[in-house]
Amino acid sequence: MTSAVGSTPAGAPTRAGGEDRQAPVRPHRKRWGRTAGWLGWLWVLPALLMYGFFVLRPLVTTMQYSLYRWNGIGRAEWVGLDNYLTVITDSDLLKIISNAFILIIFFSFVPVCLGLLVASLVRRLSAGPFGTVVRTVLFLPQVIPLVAAGIAWTWLLSTDGLVNQVLRAVGLGGITRAWLGEFDTALPSVGVIGTWVMLGLCTILLVTGMSKIDPALYEAARIDGAGPVREFFAVTLPSLRQEIGVCLTVTIIAALASFDIVYISTSGGPGIQTTVPGLEIYRLAFSQRQVGLASALAVVLMVLVLACVLPIQRLTREEKV
Amino acid sequence: MPDSPIRFTRRRLALLVPALTAGLVMTACSAPGSDQPSSAGSDAPVSTELGTAPITLELYAETGFPLVKALADEFTKQHPNVKFNIREDQFTVITENAPRALASDNAPDIIRLPTMVDLVKDDLLKNLDPYVTAYGWDRFPASQLVQLRLADGGAVRGSGSLYGLGLGYSVTGVFYNKTLARQVGMAKPPATIAEFEELLAKAKAAKVQPIVQFNKNTAGINFPHQALQNQFGDPTRVADWIFQKPGATFDTPAALKATQTIQRWAQAGYFPKDANALDYASMVGEFQKGNGLFMFNGDWESGNLDKNMAGNVGFFLFPGESAGGKHVAMSAPNTFGVGARAKNPDAAAFFLNWTHTDPKAREISVTVGGSHPGGPSDLPLPSVAEGTVLSETLKASQQLGAENGAVDFTANATGGIFSAAITPEMQKLVAGQQTPEGYVKAVQAEYEKELSR
Repeated sequence: MTSAVGSTPAGAPTRAGGEDRQAPVRPHRKRWGRTAGWLGWLWVLPALLMYGFFVLRPLVTTMQYSLYRWNGIGRAEWVGLDNYLTVITDSDLLKIISNAFILIIFFSFVPVCLGLLVASLVRRLSAGPFGTVVRTVLFLPQVIPLVAAGIAWTWLLSTDGLVNQVLRAVGLGGITRAWLGEFDTALPSVGVIGTWVMLGLCTILLVTGMSKIDPALYEAARIDGAGPVREFFAVTLPSLRQEIGVCLTVTIIAALASFDIVYISTSGGPGIQTTVPGLEIYRLAFSQRQVGLASALAVVLMVLVLACVLPIQRLTREEKV
Repeated sequence: MPDSPIRFTRRRLALLVPALTAGLVMTACSAPGSDQPSSAGSDAPVSTELGTAPITLELYAETGFPLVKALADEFTKQHPNVKFNIREDQFTVITENAPRALASDNAPDIIRLPTMVDLVKDDLLKNLDPYVTAYGWDRFPASQLVQLRLADGGAVRGSGSLYGLGLGYSVTGVFYNKTLARQVGMAKPPATIAEFEELLAKAKAAKVQPIVQFNKNTAGINFPHQALQNQFGDPTRVADWIFQKPGATFDTPAALKATQTIQRWAQAGYFPKDANALDYASMVGEFQKGNGLFMFNGDWESGNLDKNMAGNVGFFLFPGESAGGKHVAMSAPNTFGVGARAKNPDAAAFFLNWTHTDPKAREISVTVGGSHPGGPSDLPLPSVAEGTVLSETLKASQQLGAENGAVDFTANATGGIFSAAITPEMQKLVAGQQTPEGYVKAVQAEYEKELSR
């Protein structure tokens, strides 16, 4: 369609009036657009080079390493897809991958659901100093380095930590335990730390999204007799589709690629109860010196992240169109 | 506009795919890794002269242990032309970094060594045999250096060429709280394992935590486990396994009995309920606070314990099954080696020799490091104040040397055995999620997996 426009000489006497209005503009825009396109590439060239060197090149080398048995120093031995076979058949590695999926509940679904609830409440308070304080407090976990958060939570959840002290004080001494040290509670406890970290981010994103919703929609809903709950499902939720998509994307990646919180709070233990792929990749590569297997696990993790995130991106985008 | 995100993704994909393919094809042509860096000069003549030219020795040491810095400072005081550039990391981090640090162009001259086998296999460590002759290290007791010897190619430890020396030779045993000991009626250290178990039961009955032991990120309960394993069978079988002698196995009756005992102790509540959530620093803290009768640990904590619970702490070597039996204990040099690509290997060896023979250096090894300084057996031991736990650990170290009862740590058997098998399986064992039979089999399986690589 566009090529036909360019082939017509500008200002040709045969042109109809309707086309006349467009003719001087379109070829010009086209030429400018093409130049701008190349200029654009020029502007992003430095960033592209950095991206290529620090993101694409390691990605390619990781894929390459995953086909070898290599200790990181000596000669590597070509093993083809053996490492991938190990990743999908080793029961420990499968458990480790499944741990990451369990964490999605805590890192992603709980914060998004709670975030929606909190955001609905906070939205009404968003004006004034109280709203600012609430938002700051909620966003705080995002600002604190995860390592510090991990250490603080390790103290909170220890046998004599605040959590157990509070439980004892309210007469629930019977259920106190070393939350991060016991097989049944370690993974959920790590998950709770993740929920705490992610909740603020989700809430702030959702509050921002809510502030963009046209008040007329709420008015209309109210005129139709909708209560707060109905209002939420009929107006708020559908309008927040994109924001929820962003929240889910960010938090699912955080769950699948989690490392720091787990490394600090449990180091993957007890047993391999809280080991996640990120931690295992690091251990395999640097502690057990199986760079090939670590790379294969990294590639599998990348594929899993994409498989989880791309559908969400697509779903939340298309609705907006 | 409406479909721009999708078109953009496609375009990006269209760019990405050929880029990735081209990259893969390009890099796939050559296998990763290189031919092993040569340890050039390992056969070259060595010098025992330090000279007067200014030298800066690159030293890579473990953080949290002031010994190395103290020794380096004293050395610079005595030899002002030598300065040190000390880099410190946690031991696990050194373990992870050592291969790459040693393979780099800026390889450390002196490095605190994790397990040495892989490093020797990759030709990253300097063979110290020429210095053994030059300095007369063959006059050191053989047992002092046996753990640092590797056969050609690094396959088996315990014999062959020397690849390191210790900055102190530590010994492990049991520290006890004297006040709590009196409380449970312990008049003197137990002479047999049965007596030790009686004391554990008495402590439990008296509502005293019998053993404070960490088991979080690294399995501290492996200390009591190996203490038992050393006693229940022939300790040379344990040593053979650690040294990777062909045919050696962890799946022995002694290891099984030790694992069963540990499980029994865990079920009886002799370890802290939250052992799996307790790290090393917390364990030492709890013991210092008086929250436990026994702690399995090494003499590197002697100085610290003397300072923080002066007069209230004792130490004994873990007893045997029968009274008067030979003592066996985990004991290992605080190993340091010289990088194969070190720029000043002669000065590095001079420093290592100095730490073993210089009177002031030996004194620092004992008072700051808390361990036996090693070196020729005819050199006198620095004196330490009587009544301190430091004097007790030092005596224990001498006794062990005399009885030739030192065994390396099972955790040092291979590079990955501790993090990949011992730690997670021990955590499962004390939580009742693993059987003793399953434990010894799991550790052996990981060992074989690693050796087959």
